[in-house]
Amino acid sequence: MSALHAEWTKLRTVASTGWLLLAAVALTVAVGTAVAASVRCPSGTCAEDPAKISLTGIYLSQAVIAIVAVMTVSGEYSTGLIRTTLTAMPRRITVLAAKAAILTGPVLAAGAVAVGTSLLAGRLILPGHGIGPAHGYPALAPSDGPVLRAALGSVLYLALIALLSLGIAAAVRDSAAAIGIVLGLLYLFPIVGAAAGDPHLTRYVDQIGPMTAGLAIQATTGLSSLPIGPWPGLGVLAAWAAAALLAGGLLLGRRDA
Amino acid sequence: MTAGLITPYQPELAPRPAGIAQLLRAEWTKLRTVRGWVIALIVAGLLIVGVGLLNHSECGGIQPNGSNSVGGPACAVLTGPGGEAVTDGFYFVHQPLGPAGSLTVRVAGLTGPGLQPWSKAGIIIKASTIPGSAYAAMMVTGGHGVRMQWDYAQDTPGLAGPGPRWLRLTRSGAVITGYDSADGTHWAKVGTATLAGLPSTVQAGLFAASPDSSQLISSSGIGSSSSGGPTQATATFDQVAVTGVRSGGGWAGTAVGGPSGMPGVGYHSAGGAVTVTGTGDIAPSPSGGGNGGYSVAQTLIGTFAGLIAVIVVATMFMTAEYRRGLIRVTLVASPRRSRLLAAKAVVIGLAAFAVTLPGAYAASLIEPRLMRTRGVTVDPVPPLTDVRLIVGTAALVGVAAMLAVALGAILRHSAAAVTTVIAVIVLPYFFAVPLMLLPAGAADWLLRVTPAAGFAIQQPYPAYPQVAASYTPGNGYYPLAPWAGFAVLCAWTALALVLAGYLLRRRDA
Repeated sequence: MSALHAEWTKLRTVASTGWLLLAAVALTVAVGTAVAASVRCPSGTCAEDPAKISLTGIYLSQAVIAIVAVMTVSGEYSTGLIRTTLTAMPRRITVLAAKAAILTGPVLAAGAVAVGTSLLAGRLILPGHGIGPAHGYPALAPSDGPVLRAALGSVLYLALIALLSLGIAAAVRDSAAAIGIVLGLLYLFPIVGAAAGDPHLTRYVDQIGPMTAGLAIQATTGLSSLPIGPWPGLGVLAAWAAAALLAGGLLLGRRDA
Repeated sequence: MTAGLITPYQPELAPRPAGIAQLLRAEWTKLRTVRGWVIALIVAGLLIVGVGLLNHSECGGIQPNGSNSVGGPACAVLTGPGGEAVTDGFYFVHQPLGPAGSLTVRVAGLTGPGLQPWSKAGIIIKASTIPGSAYAAMMVTGGHGVRMQWDYAQDTPGLAGPGPRWLRLTRSGAVITGYDSADGTHWAKVGTATLAGLPSTVQAGLFAASPDSSQLISSSGIGSSSSGGPTQATATFDQVAVTGVRSGGGWAGTAVGGPSGMPGVGYHSAGGAVTVTGTGDIAPSPSGGGNGGYSVAQTLIGTFAGLIAVIVVATMFMTAEYRRGLIRVTLVASPRRSRLLAAKAVVIGLAAFAVTLPGAYAASLIEPRLMRTRGVTVDPVPPLTDVRLIVGTAALVGVAAMLAVALGAILRHSAAAVTTVIAVIVLPYFFAVPLMLLPAGAADWLLRVTPAAGFAIQQPYPAYPQVAASYTPGNGYYPLAPWAGFAVLCAWTALALVLAGYLLRRRDA
């Protein structure tokens, strides 16, 4: 319990945490609104997915969430605070678990605000551009099952990205290297997949990539054409996050600080 | 009074600001003695080759006349006189023509099921009926008025708008001149083509062609889907006059590029009027445009992986100074801060260039060969373009490293700097290409104004206005010209370096 309290104090009292979470919310909403405002479907028969369009900002804001997560570990290494932390809390796995637990709360909260606002913006903008309930698209309301799944799933997605980043940061310690690895894992899979040429290989790459699989949760239409189902996709990301936390925990336990 | 003048203490070596050579040497030492950075830079070079090796393109079932594209790059690439990949399939009603002669026709109309803006019919003088041979043609198009086109890549507009048109081609040796007219009495010259290596006897006559229709159904969501298929065009020529025909001539019909299997393709004449129906296209064949070959640009896809590794090292090269407090020692040793920043940028830029160059060279050397073993032909590029692609990729990564140093100095925070550089260089491309999340206009705009515009230097083939194809970044086409795009990246980097220099001077270390 004291471990949780200590981690909460550390996270809360760094000014950048609040600013970065605020930036993540602002980016999610701004990008989602901009994309929703630029999409046009005059014919009314486009293969658009209103929930996905509104939540485009997640692609960008996940990088900011990753910074927050990486800094909770790397920040300690760069200032040497980690030695104090480990002296006070010699059970290193407990430290990592406390960090993971404490980080998840604010990220879930910021994610909920970001996702809710983005969907609200999409709900107001998209029907005017030919993508609304009047054209046969699902209404962006929590009463719609797939939309609710996309909303909840996107919030969970951000939390899992935070845990993945935390694990990697614990494993490599340096903030620049950690953020480079996280963003590489997220963004390189789809680029490599798009260039693979072979549709089967592309599909496979999209199935195993943490972002491509995880964001399948945002789909509300055309589920059959997805490389992986919404919940199994989020499961793939959860597996990545678990593996990263495991690697981070093992290395944290074995190395000198 | 005469207390001897006290000579102020002067050390033997007067302290003077370090020269640029010493600065460069100091920064180079800092870079090369951190083992992790050196390893990461070498890994960056290897990633550029390695990621591209994941490509497993198989060639699709594509007919030489450009129809029936199943997917994947073309198995065999037809090349034109200029060495570029071309499509050459049309219906040709021809007779042999000597070294001097002319061909004059009136095109009464161009119709067809699914007529395309670039459906074309008219008169053509062609070295032979072999696909890919040299030609010059005057034509009426579905939506672009009268055009003169020759040797696939060349295209000159004539009279605009619809309506019956008179067309004329005259041959004098290798020089072919095209004229058009609205009434048959007032003629205007459209263009002159010199076709190298034209034989004495050529084939001249009437032709009709119509490219595959292609319509982008969805521009967003994961990937894009398009529908389309072969179309045909029928042209009616109600006046045909030929001079300079070789004896023993007479009209003969040939489906150049092989029979398309479409019903109705052919010609018939009745009462002095000739009707020609054809399908296919006579044009350059853009890569990834449905019936093109494999694009060289795809061999360099590993650039992204290498770029991320280089950005991390370049940012740390700057921010590590702050973390360890080394910056204070550095600034005591070289108080001219802008010069220090310049030295850092030059050292990391050159190092990134040096590790990327062999990587890009190896990628462009190995991957086309691997493709060939699977039967996929890579669309040819001129040697100079090849050099631009390889050196340009290395320069792109080098300049990106300088941008990372500048942002590292501005933000003084590793994670924020790395994320910002990746967000401005990699993400715009990422939004435009693998995800196709943004509408085409927004994606183009991002690739014009952000540092990601620099990827334009990797564009291997020109976009041809006379061919409707998907000229998207995913297929290796960028909204800016190669060097213009690279200049945008350089401008951002220069701006960031100036701002970094200013902040470095203003702020305490």
